[in-house]
Amino acid sequence: MGKSEYITKRYMMRTCEVIEMSPKNPEQKIIKRVIALEGDIVKTIGYKNKYVKVPHGHMWVEGDHHGHSFDSNAFGPVSLGLLHARATHILWPPRRWQKLQPMLPPERTPLHSDQE
Amino acid sequence: MLRDVMGKTFRLLGYTIQYGCIAHCAFEYLGGIVVCSGPSMEPTIQNSDIVFSENLSRHFYCIQKGDIVIAKSPNDPKSNICKRVIGLEGDKVCISSPSDFRKSHSYVPKGHVWLEGDNLRNSTDSRCYGPVPYGLIRGRICFKIHSLLRGI
Repeated sequence: MGKSEYITKRYMMRTCEVIEMSPKNPEQKIIKRVIALEGDIVKTIGYKNKYVKVPHGHMWVEGDHHGHSFDSNAFGPVSLGLLHARATHILWPPRRWQKLQPMLPPERTPLHSDQE
Repeated sequence: MLRDVMGKTFRLLGYTIQYGCIAHCAFEYLGGIVVCSGPSMEPTIQNSDIVFSENLSRHFYCIQKGDIVIAKSPNDPKSNICKRVIGLEGDKVCISSPSDFRKSHSYVPKGHVWLEGDNLRNSTDSRCYGPVPYGLIRGRICFKIHSLLRGI
């Protein structure tokens, strides 16, 4: 029961935008997209290692605007305990009302996923 | 008769929800009682000791070097760890295990703390999984309740 519940949560979490406490500054919350979960191997953009296997209990987050984003490519994998919430909708300004779709950019798919 | 019973049930439910919310806020923002398990903090905290932890220090960012804190485990978000803060951000700490022949040092990165158990020989702490983000800290341990009752 425990393992299958965790696997379902993993499937829901992947590709969502999450709000988390910044690992560099605990007073600040940052909002990024989950690209990879534990066990996946990610090809990084500008990180110290070219390929990173996400360790147990961590996730890899990236902003949608690559190159202008302070994300895992700067500070590495993020512990799941820092996860605060999942962003579902944009409420303000009113002209930007929309539901945030869980969507993985095709060029950012993890190379090898433990899920499959 | 039935309306009486229904009324009493709803009132009871109302009180339960109210006290539940107050208890949740107290545990989340003020503090609570924690049962510690494991040998990594001996002799300060033994296995199955009952301690009181307060969460105000974490919210006001006044966790200091030498405090014993409860934090979420970096490798498993569902479990908690209880360790002592050895270094804050910017401090120089020794990162080698006791079995290493040569000692190596490094600086604790911004937004992180270095945690170590008091029982250095039998403790998985920052020497294994590296500096812990400050955001994972849940509370600071103030005093042991079990020892107070034992009169030690």
